[in-house]
Amino acid sequence: MTEVARTDQAKPLIDVKDLVFYRGSRVIYDGVNLQIRRGQITGIMGPSGTGKTTLLRLIGGQLLPDSGDVLFDGRSVPHMSRRELFQARSRMGMLFQSGALFTDMSVYENVAFPLRAHTKLPENLIRELVALKLEAVGLRGAEQLKPSELSGGMNRRVALARAIALDPELIMYDEPFAGQDPIVMGVLARLIRTLRDALGLTTIIVSHDVDETLSIADYVYVIADGKVMGEGTPSELRAHPSAFVQQFLNGDAEGPVAFQYSQTPYYTPNGGGAT
Amino acid sequence: MKAIEQLGRNTIDRIVGVGEAAQLLARTLFLLPSWRGVGLFIDQMFRVGVLSLLIIVVSGLFIGLVLGLQGYTILVDYGSEQALGTMVALTLVRELGPVVTALLFAGRAGSALTAEIGLMKATEQLASMEMIGVDPLRRVIAPRLWAGIVSMPMLALIFSSVGILGGKFVGVDWLGVYDGSFWGNMQNNVQFLNDIVNGVIKSVVFGVVCTWIAVYQGYACMPTSAGISTATTRTVVYSSLAVLGLDFVLTAVMFGGLS
Repeated sequence: MTEVARTDQAKPLIDVKDLVFYRGSRVIYDGVNLQIRRGQITGIMGPSGTGKTTLLRLIGGQLLPDSGDVLFDGRSVPHMSRRELFQARSRMGMLFQSGALFTDMSVYENVAFPLRAHTKLPENLIRELVALKLEAVGLRGAEQLKPSELSGGMNRRVALARAIALDPELIMYDEPFAGQDPIVMGVLARLIRTLRDALGLTTIIVSHDVDETLSIADYVYVIADGKVMGEGTPSELRAHPSAFVQQFLNGDAEGPVAFQYSQTPYYTPNGGGAT
Repeated sequence: MKAIEQLGRNTIDRIVGVGEAAQLLARTLFLLPSWRGVGLFIDQMFRVGVLSLLIIVVSGLFIGLVLGLQGYTILVDYGSEQALGTMVALTLVRELGPVVTALLFAGRAGSALTAEIGLMKATEQLASMEMIGVDPLRRVIAPRLWAGIVSMPMLALIFSSVGILGGKFVGVDWLGVYDGSFWGNMQNNVQFLNDIVNGVIKSVVFGVVCTWIAVYQGYACMPTSAGISTATTRTVVYSSLAVLGLDFVLTAVMFGGLS
């Protein structure tokens, strides 16, 4: 490997710099910095509603930051033209929380969709590639089924086959384990790991499933209140001094994050408080 | 004070909405066509146009029957029942054909387009298409918009033709108006450029407006079940009002001596 290539490999694939993002008047990100290293599985964790999915959309250029920058392979995503953005997206795969399969197409057509959109391959080659991708997620033979005929876990695996159809450099998983039974969770976790090992995919997992994410991630960021609260390898994170990180990892009701929505006490001994 | 603030905010939101809708229309109409796009367009022509045929034909027939009956009872008092063909044809070609077709189109195809696109948004299908690197404007919006624009004048012409046959059935076959005067007067008095082409221009305008409203409402709706429901209602209400308002303006320009 040449020196230049080695330097490129050492650079992070995604570099988020001083990211600020508002939704209306609500602050979602307030100066977030994080890096997604090549060939690694990076977990982004945090309580529900902290904007984890928003981060994926900012990386994919579907949303624009209010300030700061998101670099994909050294190039600023918010400053890309529409054409450049669509070209960059062909190097990314994303697994949506709902699967987001095209409901009017069969499993085969869904997986073939990115291949047809970005290549001029003959139909027999597309058929071979679709079979390979479905084999990788354990669903070969399900080509003719419609998304409505699939279970939740199968749906997500087909979406995964579609996301890796173009052999992307980056794959982003949005809550891959949410609402899945333990068997499907285990299968998905193993698949994510296998895909990283076999294809060298740079992987981002957005999740609040602590055990599953820590078991497969190489590096993890914990985000809350628009900031990175903690980061490190899974073992570093387990020993993290932050009370918030410990509360999140251990699932404690008591801690910096209030369980109650309202801070007004329901009852106070001297007769005050809300009724 | 709060009410004024709210009014101002709503007004700004509406203006922003109109701006976004105009951007969507401009970006969609000026996309370069592709072979794959032609296939998608034909598919949408079937769903938007062919599947609307039944309601258009049945409505056209009944409106023609009523026109024949009402026209005859009025004209016969003046001994002018031989003008029935002209009356039925002009009413349909100039006004009722384009307007009623557009209203039916908004109710049947427009609401379906909004619901379909809104549901694609709510189930993240549009977002996933974007992330795959395929522009939803090209893949989803453009074929539907063009299908609406092309199918509307065709549907309006079919509506008018069936309506005229309905009027003929009542006037000639049932009430005994002379066949030759029904068709002959119609041929003499209905002008191709002044009446038929103006009617087609009206329905092209209605086609653009109704389909534009439908696809924009679907594309911009809140991705929830309540959001889709609101967007679908808005499609029908806005399209109907726009069609009736524009019809007055177009009629004034085409037939009202303003041109």
